[in-house]
Amino acid sequence: FPGAGGGNDIQWCFSQVKGAVDDDVAEADIISTVEFNHSGELLATGDKGGRVVIFQQEQENKTQSHSRGEYNVYSTFQSHEPEFDYLKSLEIEEKINKIRWLPQKNAAQFLLSTNDKTIKLWKISERDKRPEGYNLKEEDGRYRDPTTVTTLRVPVFRPMDLMVEASPRRIFANAHTYHINSISINSDYETYLSADDLRINLWHLEITDRSFNIVDIKPANMEELTEVITAAEFHPNSCNTFVYSSSKGTIRLCDMRASALCDRHSKLFEEPEDPSNRSFFSEIISSISDVKFSHSGRYMMTRDYLSVKIWDLNMENRPVETYQVHEYLRSKLCSLYENDCIFDKFECCWNGSDRQVLIVMTGSYNNFFRMFDRNTKRDITLEASRENNKPRTVLKPRKVCASGKRKKDEISVDSLDFNKKILHTAWHPKENIIAVATTNNLYIFQDKMN
Amino acid sequence: QDSQEKETVAPERAEEAKLKAKYPNLGQKPGGSDFLMKRLQKGQKYFDSGDYNMAKAKMKNKQLPSAGPDKNLVTGDHIPTPQDLPQRKSSLVTSKLAG
Repeated sequence: FPGAGGGNDIQWCFSQVKGAVDDDVAEADIISTVEFNHSGELLATGDKGGRVVIFQQEQENKTQSHSRGEYNVYSTFQSHEPEFDYLKSLEIEEKINKIRWLPQKNAAQFLLSTNDKTIKLWKISERDKRPEGYNLKEEDGRYRDPTTVTTLRVPVFRPMDLMVEASPRRIFANAHTYHINSISINSDYETYLSADDLRINLWHLEITDRSFNIVDIKPANMEELTEVITAAEFHPNSCNTFVYSSSKGTIRLCDMRASALCDRHSKLFEEPEDPSNRSFFSEIISSISDVKFSHSGRYMMTRDYLSVKIWDLNMENRPVETYQVHEYLRSKLCSLYENDCIFDKFECCWNGSDRQVLIVMTGSYNNFFRMFDRNTKRDITLEASRENNKPRTVLKPRKVCASGKRKKDEISVDSLDFNKKILHTAWHPKENIIAVATTNNLYIFQDKMN
Repeated sequence: QDSQEKETVAPERAEEAKLKAKYPNLGQKPGGSDFLMKRLQKGQKYFDSGDYNMAKAKMKNKQLPSAGPDKNLVTGDHIPTPQDLPQRKSSLVTSKLAG
């Protein structure tokens, strides 16, 4: 799309929706992570039941120029099972917290999936032929009586229906006392980090029995605990650099060349707060739920409860841009605290790697999601709903009425459904295709192709 | 700038006042140690033999519940006894996204 202006120039249309229609949602079906692979051909989801479902984009049909390929189920497997640690009396959920894809090196695809305690490297491979014509085995696998074999033949490969197999190739276990919130693959494609509430570990993808602790913020006396790690990510280009965010709204950038244990940050990003503005909720809503580097690595984006902030890595004392996601919730914080919604962890993402266009996307309540165009400074609110599911019909922007007289087509803050949260969204790395997860459904939207 | 900040702070302070009116014993530091400790202890499920035996005694007089108990409730009636535990976790069924 040459010379496209920005978020509002993209006309988003419904493409597909996956998942059950019924309102009665089983806990296991709650989607907990969504991630495109590096080419965008594959889209993975993880859920609370420990399952991974991978969708594959159809090859583009040259005659059907009005839409890009649809995503169909490619593979599904049980990644993690519920466990109980008897020594610690700890119930370990099977919920998939994060999935991260490795870049493709050969015919197979690899991804890392993690629950609260254990990270697994999964190999997803295709099998489209099988050997036939064994001498000692029947086609169904039963062994033949050797005395009945009178001639020898050479087994050959014959085509078969495509089978996609997922197998766990590495299990990275027992390295986290606290709950893993992030995994991030390094730009060297050999190492990755895993972060829990208090520690960050560095792993080599080939080695499962050893990991290096690179950040440890556990205080000697737990009574002195004031903040926890909420997210971490490697820099997209510098393999020695990573950042981690905290529950107090700070981001620390660390350089692994400086020392083995990166407890002392190289940079500390924090927006100063006017102490007179402080309230009971200040710290809770400043807690960063997600941090994502831009593709260039020059910027990073953080998500806290009410806003998205863009930081320039060269400027630590304040963000360069702040976008309000749902400022109208500031006057609802009391009830959002009571129903625990104030602790919801929203993620955020950048648009694909087109350098001309700079858009960020994040979710909100009532199955709304928001996009902010950094070039035009315009924003848009859209809704993921089955009512809007006419392909090639442009989604209608939504508006929330904060106070005063509600206009037609606006929705008032008090009518918002806080059980309908969009916490996870993903943007195709190259095209204008987005995946938006509601509680138990996955929506795919595409821009309208002319 | 100042007046705009006052407008954005006032709703937050008003909400705080509402919360404190409902829960007068609420601590001063919500981001402090207690709150974070609770977060770190997610998943902790200690076995209470007193509750377990109480529940077993009650079960003798009641019909066994058909489904597994609510995981969040860990006292009294809701302590799972071996008979209550579901045979298979529902997650071993294929995801509906793949359906």
